[in-house]
Amino acid sequence: MPGTVQSIERAAAILRTLAGGPGRLGLSEIARTLDLAKGTTHGILRTLQLVGFVEQDRVSGQYQLGGALLHLGTSFLDINELRSRSIVWADPLAARSGQAVRIGTVLEGRVLVVHHVFRPDDTFQTLDVGTLLPLHATALGKVLLAYRAGSPVPELERFTRLTLTDPKALASALEGVREAGCAYEVEEFLLGQAAVAAPIRGYGGLVVGSIGVSGPVDRICDSRYQPLPRLVGYVRDAARAISRDLGATR
Amino acid sequence: MTEKYVIAIDQGTTSTRCIVFDRRGQLVSLAQQEHKQHFPKPGWVEHDAMEIWRNVERLAPRVLRRAGIELSQVAALGIANQRETTVIWDRLTGVPVGRAIIWQDTRTDALVHALASSPTAADISDISGLPFATYFSGPRLRWMLDHTPGLRSRAERGEVLCGTMETWLIWNLTGRRRHATDVTNASRTMLLDIRSLDWSPEACEFFGIPRAMLPEVQASVGDFGTATEAFPGVRIGAALGDQQAALFGQTCFNPGEAKCTYGTGSFLLLNTGTELVRSEHGLLTTVAYQIDGEPAAYALEGSIAITGSLVQWFRDQLELISSAPEIETLARTVADNGGCYIVPAFSGLYAPHWRSEARGVIVGLTSYITKGHLARAVLEATAWQTREVVDAMNTDSGLTLTTLRTDGGMTADNLLMQMIADVLDVPVVRPLAVETVSLGAAYAAGLAVGYWPDLDGLRQNWHIAGQWLPTMNPTTRQTEYTNWRRAVERTFDWIQPT
Ligand SMILES: Nc1ncnc2c1ncn2[C@@H]1O[C@H](COP(=O)(O)OP(=O)(O)O)[C@@H](O)[C@H]1O
Repeated sequence: MPGTVQSIERAAAILRTLAGGPGRLGLSEIARTLDLAKGTTHGILRTLQLVGFVEQDRVSGQYQLGGALLHLGTSFLDINELRSRSIVWADPLAARSGQAVRIGTVLEGRVLVVHHVFRPDDTFQTLDVGTLLPLHATALGKVLLAYRAGSPVPELERFTRLTLTDPKALASALEGVREAGCAYEVEEFLLGQAAVAAPIRGYGGLVVGSIGVSGPVDRICDSRYQPLPRLVGYVRDAARAISRDLGATR
Repeated sequence: MTEKYVIAIDQGTTSTRCIVFDRRGQLVSLAQQEHKQHFPKPGWVEHDAMEIWRNVERLAPRVLRRAGIELSQVAALGIANQRETTVIWDRLTGVPVGRAIIWQDTRTDALVHALASSPTAADISDISGLPFATYFSGPRLRWMLDHTPGLRSRAERGEVLCGTMETWLIWNLTGRRRHATDVTNASRTMLLDIRSLDWSPEACEFFGIPRAMLPEVQASVGDFGTATEAFPGVRIGAALGDQQAALFGQTCFNPGEAKCTYGTGSFLLLNTGTELVRSEHGLLTTVAYQIDGEPAAYALEGSIAITGSLVQWFRDQLELISSAPEIETLARTVADNGGCYIVPAFSGLYAPHWRSEARGVIVGLTSYITKGHLARAVLEATAWQTREVVDAMNTDSGLTLTTLRTDGGMTADNLLMQMIADVLDVPVVRPLAVETVSLGAAYAAGLAVGYWPDLDGLRQNWHIAGQWLPTMNPTTRQTEYTNWRRAVERTFDWIQPT
């Protein structure tokens, strides 16, 4: 079998062993069952523990399947944890860009806003954490769509004349997002409004959310409706800082 | 032209952070390292001061690298620290005599009790502005001197030095040259005369603390020497207790301005200006900050011992969640507390009760209660404890709080912020900087070296990042507050005098 990775096979075998076992298993038991060296087994278990697929009992030191396995396919990261871990980086982004910042994740075919920082001009604004936005018509959503392989394309509802409602046009836009590492939205959801967003990555580079700034078109874009490079840089920097804190580049 | 920056060291209870700030007061890079919590006996909590210093040495290059800047671009260094945590070390070798005893530690309970009943105790409270409690460092120093053989005579001969964490860090940063503390940290020892802002001979004698071991008391914003270690060549412009630093970071420079920092514990500070306000309701009189050459600003403080640490307890001891923020997720699985209340008097109750014999309770348990209700009760405990302190503050100061400025790790919890707005019936505002403790230390240090011109310049940096408005109906608020107070009463008198 060309191109297979032995340690992944072993990791899978360890997970199966833990799933098939009576409950918790000790390191030696697992190593013995699979006829692996203890050191190798320990290394794999530690990695699995880091990504949350395995948990170790603090008292006995034995291993069991981790909570993250149960949530596979639903949400990778608790939304409140995502907010807690990104809050220190979202603030400087708002300060530098002078615009409102939002962080989103996917919930049932839409963007769920999990964090919102006001535009720093001290005008009256309302928190819209918990709001749902369309995936295909927002920068936050396009980032999420671009990195969610195989997720069903949502119904492409039209909001403005510029909303991408043609699946082909959307697909090529998403291709562009993957190439650029960030997404834009110019009057595709709300008239007069534009946005820039970039992916937040967790362990193994998995995209767990998106962060972006949004505001009036003339504050986000240049005269040719292209997002200001300075803003794009700020958004990317913030996304990268959060990703690093979430362990993306380890 | 190369851009200049200011660095803050936030030496906290659970970790030490180094943060680089730019001229707008925005965070440029951050490096953080946790240190070990030692619990040798129930009620005892210790840190290894050497481990903490090593962490600072390790964090320094890391935070510069992450910011992509050189040491020469650092205009000043400011220190904010966990307050009341006390350590004694050998002047010659620099090795600590035992571990640092931290602010949550209650080993001085019996000692404090005995001291408080002495005839001159009231005078000491008057001089220091503080009630007798295990919280403060004076009794802690006395305990160390009493329980370490030979230490008292070494202290009298000047062979050992003592200090709170900023003193320990300044001493190490300056290559063991500078033994100094700032007025805010000194105001938490019970040894400082809160009016003259120097060590009180009476208080030192009362607690039996040799003057020779105490650091020099300085203005918070001033000159603490130039670092030769960790950040060689950088001027240490400021030191502040963490809560005073947060008040500074929130730019609460005017009398009447207040903030509450939600971390391991929570601390509401109200700037009372150059006027010293005495509390009739269990608040502390403390120094807010002092700029070199100016009179000190004072504050009233409401200290709550257990808030974020209740969430940690829920995570680590009950293992019902795997990370602190998940408390919000769990709490949102239910609509209310189901009649359940948790009063976390783990080491007694601080403001406004100051009951060291109280211990925690969970009341209102029925078979209906789920872990979701418990999670809600955990968050509500922080909200109601804030309410008690705000009530005391309003009464003492004669002012009425109209909005609450918040900061700290728990402000990431939107449900909690809403609860606080609901129970206080005032808007809760989070500024565009969660790390206000570090920011305050940076502001103070930057001010000392002229990086920022004046307090007004700093105010320009303050912006609203989020706001929560009260939505709870008044009847519910009243009923719930009554229930909370009944729950609090049930914690009293649990520890019997021996
Ligand atoms: N989202 C959250 N909800 C509730 N509590 C939280 C949340 N995030 C962090 N905490 C709590 O906040 C505390 C950490 O805040 P921090 O400001 O870093 O504290 P400190 O400076 O006192 O160490 C911890 O006690 C943790 O349990």
